[in-house]
Amino acid sequence: MAESVVSVEALTKRYGELVAVDQISFQIPQGEVFGLLGPNGAGKTSTLECLEGLRTPDGGSLRILDVDPVRQGHKLRDLIGVQLQSASLPENIRVDEVMRLFCAYHGVAPRYDLIERMNLSPKAHAQYHELSAGQQRRLALALAVAHDPPVLFLDEPTAGLDVPARVELHALIRELQAGETTIILATHDMAEAEELADRVAILLRGRIAAIGSPLELTATGAGLTKISVRTQNGSLADPAIQFPATRQALVKGEYAIYYSGDTAPTVAAILAHLEAVGDPLLDLRVERPSLEDRFLEIVNEGATA
Amino acid sequence: MSAFIHHLAFEFRSGIRNRSLLLLNYLFPLGFYLLMGALMGRINPLYPPTMIPSMVTFAIVTATLLGLPDPLVTAREAGILRSFKINGVPAASIVLIPAITTALHAALVSLAICVTAPRLFSAALPTNWVGFGVCFLAASLALSGVAVLIGVISPSTRVTVLWSQLIFLPSMMLGGITGVPADLLPEGLQRLSLLLPPTWAMRALNGWPMGAPAARSLTAAAILAAGGVLAFALAIYLFSWDRHSGTRRGNPLLALLALAPYLVGAVMGG
Repeated sequence: MAESVVSVEALTKRYGELVAVDQISFQIPQGEVFGLLGPNGAGKTSTLECLEGLRTPDGGSLRILDVDPVRQGHKLRDLIGVQLQSASLPENIRVDEVMRLFCAYHGVAPRYDLIERMNLSPKAHAQYHELSAGQQRRLALALAVAHDPPVLFLDEPTAGLDVPARVELHALIRELQAGETTIILATHDMAEAEELADRVAILLRGRIAAIGSPLELTATGAGLTKISVRTQNGSLADPAIQFPATRQALVKGEYAIYYSGDTAPTVAAILAHLEAVGDPLLDLRVERPSLEDRFLEIVNEGATA
Repeated sequence: MSAFIHHLAFEFRSGIRNRSLLLLNYLFPLGFYLLMGALMGRINPLYPPTMIPSMVTFAIVTATLLGLPDPLVTAREAGILRSFKINGVPAASIVLIPAITTALHAALVSLAICVTAPRLFSAALPTNWVGFGVCFLAASLALSGVAVLIGVISPSTRVTVLWSQLIFLPSMMLGGITGVPADLLPEGLQRLSLLLPPTWAMRALNGWPMGAPAARSLTAAAILAAGGVLAFALAIYLFSWDRHSGTRRGNPLLALLALAPYLVGAVMGG
């Protein structure tokens, strides 16, 4: 693995009696998009805020590009860009004004191009309180990347965004990734994590329950593939018909749905059956287990543990 | 320097764009000045000579004590300070820049009063403008220091109002701002009024700048300057970015130390 840009060793964060983050460790190499997933209260935001220097950890060590976020906060500011989950700006500040202000504090020229990129040009002279929630989030993202930080923290970046804005955000993340920016992404959107993240860590009750690439994580689960079949005569509607490696079968509308532990023999047997009974195939869909399926599996395992 | 200038420019414009701040920086002090000029000028012949010092003191007190603390508390509660922190805005800028812009607004109001009061209400103009400038700066420093300190230690906007009024209301009654000279108060109340920074501000502005000997004003200005420096130092020390993160370095009760110079002044007998 390449040298770590972000290093977390035995990080612990407590709020009174509650242990929000419990001795977690992970490393993130340069240019990786690292997803932090977990149900509400799992410790995602606490982990991010310790890394961002907004909270003081109760234990463990943190490094971002060899800078300690707790003791060297002033050095950290130019190394990281942060889109906070819950943050705000003065209600009377104008969009172009805040871009100028924060860029000045980072010592770079104002990035008005990002205002345009985020489709905020018509609102460039609008005050913050005149922006919609989605526009405020887009502005926060533009401000987070304006000083071209090598490490970017995004906490629920697409919450409240409409579809075009979400697509634009994903394109920007891919562009930043291509430019070797290291991105830590906390999200509830599993499809987003699966699409964008090189690796993800699933947090549960302050601990890492699973870590790896989305493919690795989905492969280590129960791994049942969903096979949906629609035929002209509906010959698969009979529940007595069994196929190899099938763990569960059900009928939903015109579709017969099978959950298989071994896709190839199941599909082959279904096709052979349809050939034998002379029932023409209209639609066949094979869906591998998603990160969301695996996530729910891990959360449910955690709940029953 | 560029960041400081941008921040200063934004804060200054905020003081006009924000309706509450516009009211406290300009409309309230100027409205009160016109009202006092119209009423007191007729019923109290001793008022015109002290009108400019008292109205300038009122402008500073209103803009600082009533205008400065609440935006600071609101910014902390709303997460605005967190946004500032992650973008490299230092705590000292958050504490000092609004204080500087508030002093600038108070200076503009003072200028308007100085230009109009002699013609409208036969008020006496300061005779020593250097002294006026020195005493104005000392008063602004002291009162904005106290105001910022209130904003830093207040856990909510409701408590902010309580703290601000705790100084503002007695200052109005005892500080000589409303045309009743503090020297006419009973001895006990005179002593009590010396614990309030506006009393010292009024004493500084109503002496040397108006042609009286400098010593009394300079003593008051020195006490105000000491109180201001102490209040700002405490505000930066006790500053917290976020009410949840435990970033405050000391007990908020330490803020009471900011009253030490006024206490010393009161004990020394003014």
